Amino acid sequence: MTNPPGASGRLAKRAVLRARLGRAQELVIEAVIRLCGVSAVVFVFAIFFFVLREALPLLFGGLDLGQFFGSMEWYPDSLSNRRYGALALILGTLAVTGLAMVFAIPLGLGAAIPISEFSRGRTKEALKIVVELLAAIPSVVWGFIGLMILNPVIIDLFDAPIGLTVLNGAILLALMSVPIMVSIGEDALKAVPDTYREAAEAMGATRWQVVRRVLLPAARNGLLAAVLLGVGRAVGETMAVLMATGHAVTIPTGPLDSVRTITATIAAELGETARGSDHYRVLFVLGTLLFAITFVVNLTADLVIRGFRRR
Amino acid sequence: MVTHGAPDGAPVPKVEFRGLTVRYGDAAALRDVSLDCRPNEILGIIGPAGAGKSTLLKTLNRTLELTPGARLDGRVLLDGRDVCKVGDPSAVRRRIGMVAPLPVGLPMSIYDNVAFAPRMAGVRGKAELDGRVERCLTQAALWDEVKDRLRDLGTKLSGGQQQRLTIARALSHDPEVLCLDEFSIAVDPVTTMRIEDALKALKERMAILLVTNLVQQARRLADRTAFLLSGELVEVGETQQVFGRTPKDRRTFQYVHGMFG
Repeated sequence: MTNPPGASGRLAKRAVLRARLGRAQELVIEAVIRLCGVSAVVFVFAIFFFVLREALPLLFGGLDLGQFFGSMEWYPDSLSNRRYGALALILGTLAVTGLAMVFAIPLGLGAAIPISEFSRGRTKEALKIVVELLAAIPSVVWGFIGLMILNPVIIDLFDAPIGLTVLNGAILLALMSVPIMVSIGEDALKAVPDTYREAAEAMGATRWQVVRRVLLPAARNGLLAAVLLGVGRAVGETMAVLMATGHAVTIPTGPLDSVRTITATIAAELGETARGSDHYRVLFVLGTLLFAITFVVNLTADLVIRGFRRR
Repeated sequence: MVTHGAPDGAPVPKVEFRGLTVRYGDAAALRDVSLDCRPNEILGIIGPAGAGKSTLLKTLNRTLELTPGARLDGRVLLDGRDVCKVGDPSAVRRRIGMVAPLPVGLPMSIYDNVAFAPRMAGVRGKAELDGRVERCLTQAALWDEVKDRLRDLGTKLSGGQQQRLTIARALSHDPEVLCLDEFSIAVDPVTTMRIEDALKALKERMAILLVTNLVQQARRLADRTAFLLSGELVEVGETQQVFGRTPKDRRTFQYVHGMFG
């Protein structure tokens, strides 16, 4: 270059430098974001791997799967007659979760609609805060409520010998999963564009017709996600059901039977087992099963949603 | 000069705005507007952005009430009856078809989009619904393009097709008045022409309020044209006169000949 290096040359150099710095910054940010995304997947797989690792030696070395899934005889500590029949635990979990959803779905979605569509301003905010407060109650407190309040109420109402039952646990689980359903359900309804509401109202639809014929179909996927997150919360909940369902290894025949869930069993027994023993490992098999149940629930949801989309 | 609403044989207006003032908070969107639309006529409403054209339509089907902070003074009459005094707003809305600037396909099939309003009104018979869907889609110049895929999602149509779907939907409950708010913004010129032809035919059955940014569109379609500016009605008259050499107001001449602002 013939021009002497002047002020303009320095400026140009600085601009090039700044552009390079910008590019580097961009790369770093991109890497961080990618790391966050990948790590979520890695963590889930890692958890599954570690649970499975503890379970595998027993799963392929001595556990009678027929007995595990087909028998209700759970005698993990017995010296003479050791049995690992998890049928009662599995059915206990399903019974409590199932009944909880019977209460929670109408309550949860039933609350999401009025909060999202029929209340405004301060009322709306107040309602949301109250519902979210429900989510902040620790599960041991729920267990306490089940033990001290619902227990005598159920005994009085149904003339039952004991109030620590499927019904008790289901009521608690329902109340615990309602806040999630309301929050996610309300988000799903809020995500429906206002233009849909206006278009429907301009055609003479009443508020309720708008909700039933336009909003619910439009928000279907989100509402389903809300329900399934509630199911996930209920299946995985431990402390409240441990305290409120009676901890009896029986196959439930009605809502007034005591049961024991998979989660409660793991929580109650893991601390007393010797590391590496069969009892220790069978609890990890239960953990793997729990993982599988959640996985199937999510997969089903995914397939159902895809089915809706294709139509 | 043409005077309207004269007793000697002039038709009774279908829609009347009387001394209409609308405020959003402190800002007035319409100031003392008096205007009417006769049966079987297309009333063009022109004016630059912010003139209050859309607000005017919203007062008629009472969707203004959905905007928080909107206040209305004056009267809006449909067949001589104040729409604000009707207890149930949806009863008014069922008599009026409304087409918004950007098409809103409801997230349901093409068929269900058009059958939505009749179903709400209690029409259940499949034959009658089928007939109505076909008639409305035909009137909106869309039937031939979608007749083989009525079960597809309405939201999957192209922009121009969706706008015609919106028009078909607005016709589905047999409205007495059809309001179009700049319907051709998202529509190609060919489709616009087809819709304009459809509107000329529809005029035989209903009154049409046509809000448009395209002054030439008003010139092509409207029987009479109203010019709004900053919330005030500058003038209303026969379209030929408004677009001719001698509108009543100089500002009208400037606006329709593109000498504005």
